[in-house]
Amino acid sequence: MPWDRNQMAARAAEELEDGMYVNLGIGIPTLVANYVGDKDITLQSENGMLGMGPFPFEGEEDADLINAGKQTITELRRTSYFDSAQSFGMIRGGKIAAAILGAMEVAENGDLANWMIPGKLVKGMGGAMDLVAGVGRVIVVMDHTNKHGDSKLLKECTLPLTGQGVVDRIITNLGVLDVVEGGLKIVETAEGVTEAELHDATEATIV
Amino acid sequence: MKKIYDTASSALDGVLQDGMLIAAGGFGLCGIPELLLEAIKDAGTKDLTFASNNAGVDDFGIGILLQTRQVKKMISSYVGENAEFMRQYLSGELELEFNPQGTLAERMRAGGCGIPGFYTKTGVGTVIAEGKEHKDFDGETYILERGIFADLSIVKAWKADETGNLVFRKTARNFNPPAAMCGKVCVAEVEEIVPLGSLDPDSIHLPGIYVHRLIQGTHEKRIEQRTVRKKETA
Repeated sequence: MPWDRNQMAARAAEELEDGMYVNLGIGIPTLVANYVGDKDITLQSENGMLGMGPFPFEGEEDADLINAGKQTITELRRTSYFDSAQSFGMIRGGKIAAAILGAMEVAENGDLANWMIPGKLVKGMGGAMDLVAGVGRVIVVMDHTNKHGDSKLLKECTLPLTGQGVVDRIITNLGVLDVVEGGLKIVETAEGVTEAELHDATEATIV
Repeated sequence: MKKIYDTASSALDGVLQDGMLIAAGGFGLCGIPELLLEAIKDAGTKDLTFASNNAGVDDFGIGILLQTRQVKKMISSYVGENAEFMRQYLSGELELEFNPQGTLAERMRAGGCGIPGFYTKTGVGTVIAEGKEHKDFDGETYILERGIFADLSIVKAWKADETGNLVFRKTARNFNPPAAMCGKVCVAEVEEIVPLGSLDPDSIHLPGIYVHRLIQGTHEKRIEQRTVRKKETA
């Protein structure tokens, strides 16, 4: 059985180590926060916050306290706030250990495309280009194939890039792959998914 | 020098000009200078270029100036929440320059620090890098981005003293300090102007040297995505 969204998020959470400062993207990556367990992880929100807490209880929303997806959130005892220039200074400066984010396409050389959705209006890259260029490790969490059943792990991206050669690891519903010299390397498969099935669903070169 | 003005309109008197470049603070609808934007709408200033992370929504923030066709160009990282923006952009009435969010923030900060350009890895190998100078440092490729020198900065803070020292609140700080720094003139709107000496000098987020004019007002502070969790019943 392929992993569902929550299983993918749980698998992504295994990538995080005690003491890490991490930025989580929108969608499945947001769910990763539910699976960090006892690990001491500090979440960064690129609009200017370290130590992002959960959503507020009803009636406790604060218009001055939102995440990068513009959702109301809460602070923790460790929270600090700063301006956008400093926020991206710590991103560009390599202080954030990892970013976990969604993607539309990843190429076998680590190219990432996730800011222009085909057939839809361009809304902008937000902080995605800064994040993938700056953080220590870029982990993509996404479905292995698109809604037409085509592989999202490609020899070359067809969509406009967010970053060139930036992806380190890809976690899909079928398994985990690393970007290595010459292509992608299978790290593990989801329970019940064979390596052959993973090969069949992947356009990118598997080495 | 007296910095405090009675209204947003009076604080903008004499500083607005058609075709000017305005740097605006805010992220989404959080920490936007909503009163000053309203006053610019009332002033009818035209052909404005805004350096602002977002373009507001249809009826709030910069969106109100799109409805009145006062904006010629946006320099932004994300404009997804505004239907009127998209309509004007697609029909060619509005110019749009996408900047990665951190590049936009650093362009403002750099401009405010007298730095006309800087090199960054962000956007290398993407459409953002097209036409920009590339340079290698220690085996890595970077692109040249320009500092923003705005004609006017408009920002929102939580508290100020009468010398313009500013304190922001939580994530409403966002783009406000870098936006404030990069303008020839900076006008700030705050929720409260407090007596001199009542702000802790060690806790000032933006020193008053960057702030030329100041107003106190009541803010709507609209929430864009109200997201809550259920209280677990014991």
